[in-house]
Amino acid sequence: MDALILHRIQFAFTITYHYLFPQLTMGMALLIVVLKTLAVRTNRRVYHDSARFWARIFGVNFVLGVATGVPMEFQFGTNWSQFSRATGGVIGQPLAMEGVFSFFLESAFLGLFLYGERRLSKWGHWWAAFLVFLGSWISGFFIIVTDAWMQHPVAYSLLPNGRFELTSFTGLLLNPWALLQYAHNMGGAVVTGAFVMSATGAFYLLEDRFVDYGRLFLRVGVTAGLIFSVLQIFPTGDLHGKYLAKHQPAVMAGMEGLFKSERGAPIVLVGQPDEERQRIDNPIAVNRVLSFLIYGSTAAEVKGLNEFPKENWPANIPLLYYSYHIMAGLGTWFVLLMGVAELLLWRDRLFGARWLLWPIFLSFPLPYIANTAGWMTAEIGRQPWLIYGLLRTEHGASKYVSGGNALFTLLGFMGLYAVLSLLFVLLVFGEIHRGPGIGSAADVESGVPVSNA
Amino acid sequence: MIGADVMGTIWYWLVAAMLVAYVVLDGFDIGAGIIHLFIAKSDLDRQMILRSIGPVWDGNEVWLIAGGGTLYFAFPLLYASAFSGFYLAFIIVLWLLILRGLGIELRMHLDVRVWREFFDGCFAISSALLAIILGAALANVIRGVPLGDDSYFFLPLWTNWQAGPNPGILDWYTVIGGLVALVALTVHGSLFVALKVEGALHDRTVRLVRALWPALVAITIVSLVSTVWVRRSMLENYTHYPVALTIPVLVMASLSGIPVYCRSGRVRAAFRCSCLYLTFMLVGAAAGLYPTMLPSTTDSARDITIARAISGRYALSAGLSWWTLGIVIAIGYFVFVYRMFAGKVRVTPSPSTDATN
Repeated sequence: MDALILHRIQFAFTITYHYLFPQLTMGMALLIVVLKTLAVRTNRRVYHDSARFWARIFGVNFVLGVATGVPMEFQFGTNWSQFSRATGGVIGQPLAMEGVFSFFLESAFLGLFLYGERRLSKWGHWWAAFLVFLGSWISGFFIIVTDAWMQHPVAYSLLPNGRFELTSFTGLLLNPWALLQYAHNMGGAVVTGAFVMSATGAFYLLEDRFVDYGRLFLRVGVTAGLIFSVLQIFPTGDLHGKYLAKHQPAVMAGMEGLFKSERGAPIVLVGQPDEERQRIDNPIAVNRVLSFLIYGSTAAEVKGLNEFPKENWPANIPLLYYSYHIMAGLGTWFVLLMGVAELLLWRDRLFGARWLLWPIFLSFPLPYIANTAGWMTAEIGRQPWLIYGLLRTEHGASKYVSGGNALFTLLGFMGLYAVLSLLFVLLVFGEIHRGPGIGSAADVESGVPVSNA
Repeated sequence: MIGADVMGTIWYWLVAAMLVAYVVLDGFDIGAGIIHLFIAKSDLDRQMILRSIGPVWDGNEVWLIAGGGTLYFAFPLLYASAFSGFYLAFIIVLWLLILRGLGIELRMHLDVRVWREFFDGCFAISSALLAIILGAALANVIRGVPLGDDSYFFLPLWTNWQAGPNPGILDWYTVIGGLVALVALTVHGSLFVALKVEGALHDRTVRLVRALWPALVAITIVSLVSTVWVRRSMLENYTHYPVALTIPVLVMASLSGIPVYCRSGRVRAAFRCSCLYLTFMLVGAAAGLYPTMLPSTTDSARDITIARAISGRYALSAGLSWWTLGIVIAIGYFVFVYRMFAGKVRVTPSPSTDATN
């Protein structure tokens, strides 16, 4: 097999799998801080127990996030050595900063947060929770800075030997693309956290167990879910889309399945892109909406793929198109579902509305799919480039790692991660089954492994 | 304004310092893993071993991640060349790090004997293999690799076990490096566990250190001699700057402190000697290599040197500010966490933990 495609599959597989965990921990960290704040201020047991319960789920996710995260940084070198040789002077910076500023912080306070409750004062423990939240969000920022530079390179000069050199430190960290992407990405993480929390609450109410906790989970989860689902569409998604249309117009055309430039371009809601005939089959479209969304005018012209040389078209248009549509479609569903739920919550009728608790419960996997699809839109859209417009993917892979060796490690990762999935499901479902309020404060005198609360 | 040479030297030693911190700190986690299966006589003992490293191992591992990131940032050519060239070894290290982490973290999550023993095995086996591979990796850097004109190479796991111009990742010399790491980290981890526990387990770990000590001395001497045999140029810096010869003297001095302090029951001092031993061994290697970062076995003109691998000056001076700030803060975290969890580990036996007795 061709080594290049194997390098790509391995990175795609390991990063996609890895990101299942941080999206929950980053989102949940914020919600745990909310629960902790309620707990410390009211001193009510239900808040304390809930914070501890979610800390246990958080702990399992965090361990798997760390375990699957270590390979990510190292695969830049192992599988993409030509890319890392060229870019180390620029994006090596945020990657090193992530380790120095975020991982030390997280690892130091995670242990105290998960089982230091008895050693610390009430507010001391609140600070431990807050610092874990801060560490995970700092980590997200540096990763987004790295990816944003690959999407929209700024603050660099290209040397004759093919290496990129940094010219502005603040320019790199304040890349407008990074700020937009960061806001959109972190919002997506909170949506995952909020949906998992409300789905668990819905499950407890449907089962008629841990009812007090279920109600609290729904109140916090639905409210956060609604706020952040709305923010995902406006302003973060909207601004990010406009910026993307300006700087990666070919990608935008691929996402929308717009083969030919059009004034008053329609938005395609459903349909299958046919690359050969350059059209959308079975389209359900709304006229002029795309022009309006991008340029604020229904008459504006949106550039189609025909404006760009074919070798610079996004490499996999159907997958790009579907990724984007799945993300956007699910995002719409999130706003609808959480909007109705919030309305009933406000009217005090949510907790008895089994017809609505069911879809809330069943929707817990959907934010994972939406976040994954969103990242696929960004990264598949970037292909055939590693650094958009500057370095093509085939020029970035390691030169002497053969297909056979790459397949060996890809299969190894797949096998190992299959085992991790089983362990994860077992542990998390076990926690949810056991429920909150049992084995409350950590029963430890001097140290247990980081995730064992 | 810092000159290019000085800047390169600074970052060479900063990266080296991060790797030393990794080996000294995560080294005792790995050592605790190596002895985990056979020094513990009961489930309670195993819990004690795990709890002695429990709150700190994750932070210790971060030195590797942060060090790797800093290497990528400061010396992209070296990072790119070494990581792709040692491809299989590095990916296996990643798998072992995953298994080690899960072994420590997931063991206590289910009170099922098969579950606990499975993760005990993960923890112990992956720790032992990590020690061997990390030692062998350092020996690979000293022996050199067949760098091409483009500064890349690729090494299979083993070829003919000769340290010639076309070696494998494992050959007789790098296996010695792996064994040094295995024995040294076993001693290091045993001393750390001895610091954290009391009673029979404490006595067994101290006895293990004393039993292993002659082996550690022997393998250390063998490794130093064979290093000179494999790469004579490692002596150049030492002959130019005889003051550097204090390093091997310090290696031997710290090594001899270990049994002396063990005998008088001063485990903390013995552990400090072990930290110093690891530090001086690594500093000695870095001093011998400098200013080369990865020598070539085929043609010394192809050596990856600091000057060849270094990043742009602007990025590095920006990096110097945030790195200093970040590491000062990180050291603050470490002091705080180690103080918080200072003292002996105690585990209250629960009925189920007697199951394995």
